[in-house]
Amino acid sequence: MMASSNPAVIQTCGLSKRYRKVTALSEATLTVPQGRISALIGPNGAGKTTLLRLLAGLARPTGGEVAVLGGAPRQDPAFLAEIGFVAQEIPLYRRLSAEDHIGVGAHLNPRWDAASVRQRLKGLNIPLDQTVGTLSGGQRAQVALSLTLAKRPRLLLLDEPVAALDPLARRQFLAHLAEAVAGGGLTVVLSSHLLADLERVCDHLILLAASRVQLCGDIDTVLAEHQVLVGPRKDTTAIEKAHTLVQATHTARQSTLLIRVGGPVVDPAWEAADVGLEELVLGYMGQHAGPAFSHLTSVGEDQ
Amino acid sequence: MISFRLDGRSVVPPYLQIVQQVRQALRMGVLDVGDKLPTVREVVAATAVNPNTVLKAYRDLERDGLVEPRAGHGTFVVGRPSGPPPGTHSRLARSLAQWVRGAREAGLDDESIESLLRITLQAAADEEETA
Repeated sequence: MMASSNPAVIQTCGLSKRYRKVTALSEATLTVPQGRISALIGPNGAGKTTLLRLLAGLARPTGGEVAVLGGAPRQDPAFLAEIGFVAQEIPLYRRLSAEDHIGVGAHLNPRWDAASVRQRLKGLNIPLDQTVGTLSGGQRAQVALSLTLAKRPRLLLLDEPVAALDPLARRQFLAHLAEAVAGGGLTVVLSSHLLADLERVCDHLILLAASRVQLCGDIDTVLAEHQVLVGPRKDTTAIEKAHTLVQATHTARQSTLLIRVGGPVVDPAWEAADVGLEELVLGYMGQHAGPAFSHLTSVGEDQ
Repeated sequence: MISFRLDGRSVVPPYLQIVQQVRQALRMGVLDVGDKLPTVREVVAATAVNPNTVLKAYRDLERDGLVEPRAGHGTFVVGRPSGPPPGTHSRLARSLAQWVRGAREAGLDDESIESLLRITLQAAADEEETA
């Protein structure tokens, strides 16, 4: 029997990366199925860029296992032909035009779709003959994405590609990305802090905090597994027996609990509500932020 | 052909917004049996929504017998939601708009209009129950 009709494009088990004394990524176990657009979310320094570099074969793990498209990531032409990686500082030659880049790409890539880049950039009114350095940030990001997609990769890794773009350029970039995925055969991992954008375009989530994977799965499933309970301030021991307490915030009279649901909530003192993506992400981030941050979430009217 | 508007701040999930907009277009007569829905790719390119969100919406509409995918051609309308024939809604919408104008002229704000509507609906329901 085949295990699944939707094989994992990324599969890691206990993946770790240490730089001298600093642990950048610790025991990361995660799966990204084919065809997903996965949101890689976490505070600065949580290990997002390290994870992307490990997946792209740009860094070597110091522990654990990683399989990308069925094999270990490595710097060889066969593997790199399947992967598109756009780093945070958009990797283009500022003095070359888009057309020059198309020429370079044709030399370096076996399946190079130059026509798709020209068609896409013309559709966005981005001049092909102007040096890339004179284009706007949004236009440069579109050029980089078009060039990366021209490789016809099976996995696209994007490190904060829209952080510096205005809302319209962001929407156009993400629409371009989603359209490429709709064409079939492409899986994307996209790191960003812009939750509203991610919620629209992504259907899968990897949440990193304190160099560990806190959550990984389809967004609908992950949201359905969590609830917020609001009730009069009381001891949470009973709740913690049946559920996993992610975050508790208290005022003198009221408690608000974010839980990973382990069964029905039976105590009628608690009012249960569904969780949105933003609330969930902030809950997990706050849990690991330490006292300097956590006091901000628990300021109450009576304190 | 229709286009979708997806509101990121709405509590209604995006796939359900698509389902509701197709149903609404069918009720208003904007869409009819035989019409083609935009392809997943077209919706995604216009809205930056995840392709699986559109697929999920179209599957929901298919399960309710409203649309049908035809391999290589797209998704087509094959049925209408139960209810009055198309045109009824737009006719009623016009007379309601006229009523709302009258209410505004009489000095009612939106909140008063909404509560008046609720009271009227409740009274109509009570009447049907006793009838």
